Amino acid sequence: MNVRAQVSMVFHLDKCIGCHTCSLACKNLWTDRPGTEYMWWNNVETKPGTGYPTLYEDQDQYHGGWVMEDGELRLRLGSRVTELVNISFNPRLPTLDDYYEPWTYRYKDLIEARPGSDQPVAKPISMITGEEMEIEAGPNWDDDLSGSPVYAANDPNLRRVMNEEERRQFFEMQQLVYFYLPRICNHCLNPSCVAACPAGAIYKRGEDGIVLVSQEKCQGWRMCVSGCPYKKVYFNWNSGKAEKCILCYPRLETGQVPACMHSCVGKIRYLGVMLYDADRIHETASKPDRELVEAQRELILDPFDPEVIRAARRDGMDDKVIHAAQQSPVYKYVKVWRLALPLHPEWRTLPMLFYVPPLLPVTATLSQQGRYELDTDFFSSLETARMPVRYMASLFTAGDEEMVMAVYRKLLAGRIFKRAQTVGDIPMDHALRALEEAHSDPQEVEDIYYLTALAGFEERFVIPPMLREVAIEMGVDPHEFQEERGAGFVEFPKRGL
Amino acid sequence: MSWIKDIENPKSRLWEEFYRNRWQHDKVVRSTHGVNCTGGCSWNIYVKNGIVTWEMQALDYPKLEPGLPLYEPRGCQRGIVFSWYIYSPVRIKYPYMRGVLMDYWHEARAKHTDPVEAWASIVEDEEKRGKYQTARGKGGFRRASWDECLELIAASMIYTAKRYGPDRVIGFSPIPAMSMLSYAGGSRFLQLFGGVLLSFYDLYADFPPASPETWGEKTDVAESADWFNSKYIVTAGSNLNMTRTPDAHFVVEARHHGAKLVVLSPDFSQVSKHADWWIPVNAGMDGALWMAVNHVILKEFYVDRQVPYFVNYLKRYSDAPFLVELEKAGDSFLAGRFLRASDLGRYKGVENGDWKFLVFDRTSSEARMPQGTIGFRWQTEKGRWNLQLKDGLDGSDIDPELSLLERRDDVLLVNFMDFGGDRAFERGIPVRYVETDKGKKPVATVFDLLMAQFGVPRGLEGGYPASYDDEEIACTPAWQEKFTGVGRNTIVQLAREFAVTAEKTQGKCTIIVGSGVNHWYHSNLHYRAGITALILCGCVGVNGGGLNTYTGQEKLTPAASWSTLAMALDWTRPPRLQNGPSFHYVHSDQWRYEKAFPDYHPPSGPFAREHFIDLQAAAVRMGWLPFYPQFNRNPLELMGEAEAAGARTEQEIAGWIVEQLLSGKLRFSIEDPDAPENWPRVWIIWRANALHSSAKGHEYFLRHYLGTHSNAIADEVAQECVHDVQWRETPAQGKLDLVVDLNFRMDTSALYSDVILASASWYEKNDLNTTDLHSYIHPLGAAVPPCWESRTDWDIFRGLAEKTSDLAKRHFPTPFREIVMTPLLHDTPDEIAQPEVKDWSKGECEAMPGSTMPHLKVVERDYVNLFHRFNSLGPGIKEHGVEDHGVEIPVGELYEEFAKTVPAYEWHGAKYPSLVDAVNAANAVLFFAPETNGEVSYRGFREKERQVGLPLADLAEGQRGVRYDFSQLVQQPRRILTSPCWSGIVNDGRAYSGFVMNVERLVPWRTLTGRQHLYLDHEAYRAFGESLPTFKPRISVERTLNVVKSPAVPHSLVLACITPHGKWHIHSTYYDDLRMLTLSRGVEPFWLNDKDASEIGVQDNEWIEAYNDNGVIVTRAVVSARIPRGLCIFYHAPERTISFPKSPVRNRQRGGGTNSVTRMRLKPVLIAGGYAQHSYRFNDYGPPASDRDTYVLVRKLEGRPQWE
Repeated sequence: MNVRAQVSMVFHLDKCIGCHTCSLACKNLWTDRPGTEYMWWNNVETKPGTGYPTLYEDQDQYHGGWVMEDGELRLRLGSRVTELVNISFNPRLPTLDDYYEPWTYRYKDLIEARPGSDQPVAKPISMITGEEMEIEAGPNWDDDLSGSPVYAANDPNLRRVMNEEERRQFFEMQQLVYFYLPRICNHCLNPSCVAACPAGAIYKRGEDGIVLVSQEKCQGWRMCVSGCPYKKVYFNWNSGKAEKCILCYPRLETGQVPACMHSCVGKIRYLGVMLYDADRIHETASKPDRELVEAQRELILDPFDPEVIRAARRDGMDDKVIHAAQQSPVYKYVKVWRLALPLHPEWRTLPMLFYVPPLLPVTATLSQQGRYELDTDFFSSLETARMPVRYMASLFTAGDEEMVMAVYRKLLAGRIFKRAQTVGDIPMDHALRALEEAHSDPQEVEDIYYLTALAGFEERFVIPPMLREVAIEMGVDPHEFQEERGAGFVEFPKRGL
Repeated sequence: MSWIKDIENPKSRLWEEFYRNRWQHDKVVRSTHGVNCTGGCSWNIYVKNGIVTWEMQALDYPKLEPGLPLYEPRGCQRGIVFSWYIYSPVRIKYPYMRGVLMDYWHEARAKHTDPVEAWASIVEDEEKRGKYQTARGKGGFRRASWDECLELIAASMIYTAKRYGPDRVIGFSPIPAMSMLSYAGGSRFLQLFGGVLLSFYDLYADFPPASPETWGEKTDVAESADWFNSKYIVTAGSNLNMTRTPDAHFVVEARHHGAKLVVLSPDFSQVSKHADWWIPVNAGMDGALWMAVNHVILKEFYVDRQVPYFVNYLKRYSDAPFLVELEKAGDSFLAGRFLRASDLGRYKGVENGDWKFLVFDRTSSEARMPQGTIGFRWQTEKGRWNLQLKDGLDGSDIDPELSLLERRDDVLLVNFMDFGGDRAFERGIPVRYVETDKGKKPVATVFDLLMAQFGVPRGLEGGYPASYDDEEIACTPAWQEKFTGVGRNTIVQLAREFAVTAEKTQGKCTIIVGSGVNHWYHSNLHYRAGITALILCGCVGVNGGGLNTYTGQEKLTPAASWSTLAMALDWTRPPRLQNGPSFHYVHSDQWRYEKAFPDYHPPSGPFAREHFIDLQAAAVRMGWLPFYPQFNRNPLELMGEAEAAGARTEQEIAGWIVEQLLSGKLRFSIEDPDAPENWPRVWIIWRANALHSSAKGHEYFLRHYLGTHSNAIADEVAQECVHDVQWRETPAQGKLDLVVDLNFRMDTSALYSDVILASASWYEKNDLNTTDLHSYIHPLGAAVPPCWESRTDWDIFRGLAEKTSDLAKRHFPTPFREIVMTPLLHDTPDEIAQPEVKDWSKGECEAMPGSTMPHLKVVERDYVNLFHRFNSLGPGIKEHGVEDHGVEIPVGELYEEFAKTVPAYEWHGAKYPSLVDAVNAANAVLFFAPETNGEVSYRGFREKERQVGLPLADLAEGQRGVRYDFSQLVQQPRRILTSPCWSGIVNDGRAYSGFVMNVERLVPWRTLTGRQHLYLDHEAYRAFGESLPTFKPRISVERTLNVVKSPAVPHSLVLACITPHGKWHIHSTYYDDLRMLTLSRGVEPFWLNDKDASEIGVQDNEWIEAYNDNGVIVTRAVVSARIPRGLCIFYHAPERTISFPKSPVRNRQRGGGTNSVTRMRLKPVLIAGGYAQHSYRFNDYGPPASDRDTYVLVRKLEGRPQWE
């Protein structure tokens, strides 16, 4: 057993309101420099939809992540040897069109327009060329089913689980639905970006599991961009280096929540540390598709288990980190309650960001006169929810529908229980039966309710102490650092080596 | 694994400093955004090297009671990108003036040493005036100095006051709650000058008229945390994710606490995603759905069985048991006026007997007069204005009957209208005969009328339906299908679940409603239908229940003290306050493009007029609505003439004016709005986009106010149906001499103004902010000083005041008097002025100012000392105290306490508390408000106890020592205190919910009966068939006159065009922010249904034109299955300055924005005045400027977009 700590996240999709405040908090802090304009380390996608960059989930095109070949776990992109041969030719890279051409406007024309015969206007221009341009794509182009016949209808997951007729019906008012999927780097346990980097510039920090691209070492090969199936590594065209979500380590290191999580007004996000056994990563990532989620749960260690605690101490982990792992809301959602699931586990990167799937409205039928009649369920239900379970399974469980249904049974039983308790128009024995079917009990759903609805900042985000004096001490005596206080010139990473 | 990197080789990780350095900053300052989003979110602003870098939400709101989720973080995608504006290329860094005007000004100033004469030489030269007017909106700005700009504006104001009167100078700034001192700077200046302030809440059609109709209150709603207390939440026309972004989580969390969420929305809106049930009710038809819900509730919870909670609630808190006279009309009857105490022998001679109403008492089997009706409010003896069920004559107990069914004398057939089906019904009603001094009269309870109106069968004769499945007879679940598109079974289940939840929880059902319903012409009816369900189920005044309407950040919590400062009531009163909709409808000449509406002329009575403009003029004459300019002559001159004629006292002067009016020598401006002497002349705009997002009928603003280009092609069609108001053949174009805009960004209004004054942004000034959505007060703060040459609004108006006082030395060297005309006001004795509608100008009654006509008040102005007055808190606050919601709080002693602790401003030998700095003003607001000073609250409650006659001051006992000041708010937002001016009780962390104090403490609503009104007996409501809740469908395309002249080319479609609030902007603010444009589609697109789009050959992201007779929009299409057929959505108020090409259909002129296709329509019933809750108050009452009933033709743009 090699016990490691991973700062890990849960996104409760039922609560996501699709506001994108997270994306903008991130953009403000990190990516509005030249070369990063088109990067959205945090973005929010409408599902069904084609995402950003467009159709990134289509690995037949992009070849991201890992595959099992002949019982071996291999990068889908190919081995490092073939990579190096093809180093100047990487057909699996998304182009600017797959992202979008960043634009701005000739704003100054408004104030500076000379007297004319009509009202002046600020025209769109390319941020790349400075020329006038037609805007044909953006980082959130299919927001809220924008262009649904062109975009949502081509969601690779939808195409996988629905035939053409089903897809057509899906866009009729009786069944139509969408929800939001916010995405950041998954800070994977088995990161294919790291494995794909020919320069060894990407690493996973030992103390918290954050995956970083060294702005010193990166040589701009962009294999990480191809290798990441989530397309969460980006190429800075100005510096010539790859950049990606850093999980706001400068904030985490000072005990502050990452900006995207701080700013989440839907309060959907949870952050905490989880302990895992680094010796079992390869074995776990090599399991058959349907076993991946369960295997990943197994990989995550019980922070209350004396044996785990002993091993963690042996591996140099501070007691304060172990304590934080015991308080982790993420551990509860992922391991204890089994409500949060990884996105596309079949890509085998062992992503450490987990999602609670959303409850969605019930379906309706149209009467002969064309009147809209709803299904009679009191709450959203498993059977009549607008988005079929098989779609959710294609996102979160590599197709295992039962695993998704288990989540929904518990979420719904919780609501039914609270209804019975606070109103009483649903009888309590009915609620208890629902709990039993969901393999839950009143205490568990009260705990889930508390963390879902009531918990404050300190309970939703349990940041382990980063022990910065220990980290700094490796290079310089903290007392000296204190006196110097990081004085010096700030330099941007230089292009090339 | 090999990629895990410990810190063994620290050098390889030294580069990590790169991102650490980017994060580092120098300071963090608390501020917020003054943007009418209703958010009122507290933010931390980060500053590095003296430059604002970014913002993050503050996390330190004081907690509410345990068991409620926390507020923070509050703040949305729009707020978090505000910092982009500060240094952006649209930032207004310096004052600007349009070149044409600037040249004239320089030339004139060279000729005339007196700036007022210089201004006269320009505006009195028609050619010059025309030239700079037509240049408006067409570029050509030049940087100007502050001094020359302020001088020009002050000169124009002095000139206007002299030539036409100060009531020709107008100001517009909306939503004081979002930055209340910035608003107050301008309003204080204007009121000291005698200028006119325009209202906003009704102009935006955000003001829900059903609220005063039902509760006598403009809006009083729950803070968002209270949604969590609800167990059945219906949202209607309120897209919480989009418009209540920081608070939407409370609804999501409530679901996990066992609440059901039902979303009514024609499109699959963003909040629909969270719904258990999404009900796509057809746009503008919500009322029909609620009518049927009420039918089911009444049938199953009042007839089939009775719920004691519901019955008791209805008896005590609603007008349901009150008696209504039935009037003979042909073979049947009509519901008439409430039976009045003065009609009955038993109550002969009681004070205000016309204003005390009767119920049928079960015990005595007689009509009795319960306390708490409006007559008790304004009678000499105080202490009987409460909701105890006692006879106001002798204090005996009353047990009111809801229905006379069991003890009826007779059943009479009463006439009801089904406006949806355009047919009448006669339905049997149980009645009692009452002996009045006019003989025996049949009376019925409101409850029994309601049962008939909703068609609930109880074995009575007449047109009652046989079952829920009767499609023909209103208001069955089957009947509503044809309007709403929603099936009957869904309606029945909705009604049952709603009522059962209310029964089990004693009222914890809420309807969260917003502009999606409120902006329709018949919004008051849609609202009243929903409100009826809430009242029937006992949900109003209950935490977790009630109607929660959110449309605009209208709640300025410390209103009592703020209005004293903002309206300069500490120096002079009354202020000139104008309802915006009437003003713009008349002055921007939109009335000229409107014909008679069928329901504008009921068959008979005082409302039988063809055109709204005639009703509007009558409303002004009868004192129902304000109107400025007042008269066709300068009020200063009139004053002089009155004095010359020997009139001295206010009464004599008013009498002289009345004589002039009666003899026809003097006319109201409203009676001839296009005459030059009646035009508004100078318009100062601040904190607003008045010429664009606030300009319903924008293209008419451009033509008639500005005199520049316009895309409207509609014909002027009013002439034939206008009878009272003067019709002039040539409409006035370019009425305004000067348009001034204070702004920090180059928005559409700035682009079309003559002078732009650079104002500080929200991170560059100190101010105060409150909202309906939470119960805190918190500041805007200066993270950096005003950037470049910008100044705070407070300081800009101080500068203007100084300049005005300076110029006044020559033109108005001494104080002078003038006449101010004001309407009959709510929450004053005026609201019992007119028991009947009588028009003095038609000889129906005597002309009596303040009774049958407007008040005429004499006001003294002192322009030379205007600047000093601005700077000092005047003695008026000592003398009059502060007032809000009719609660007058004496603060004289506290004034002395305050004066000792704050900086003084001294002039003419006297010292006053200084208002020189906005922070001084903020501290004055905080000190004298019951919501932020516990002692003021306590004193207010003592005053209210006297009125009501029941204990109330205990609510404030524990908070008497609380005094908030500005520095405390900077440290942490503070929770407001329980206040006598509001109806929520917030002690011990309880969530604010409207009308809780009425229910729990028996304080009457400020209405006719003191109860919640299901029945409105004013003649206007009876004339238009709106006495009882009813349903009127949205206006048809033909009746809107939207597409009479616009060519319907092949491959075009007529679509209903709705303009809900969008995701990437708050009105027009943030729209031009690059971040928002990047996350949307680079332009505000037009949302079309996929099948409709394919019918006109439009594909996603192609350019389209959407046009009607009012104007044209040119933008890109978004084709989406989530939009229903026949409807298109163009989200509200994108700036027309960003990426709008030219329009081929409209002569290759620039396409406009949302308001280019609108023209406002005002609803006649809402002009009623001088009658209890139907009495005017600024922003609180009056006809909203509805614009939702709009249609456009949509077609693909020909060729490529043309920009130049």
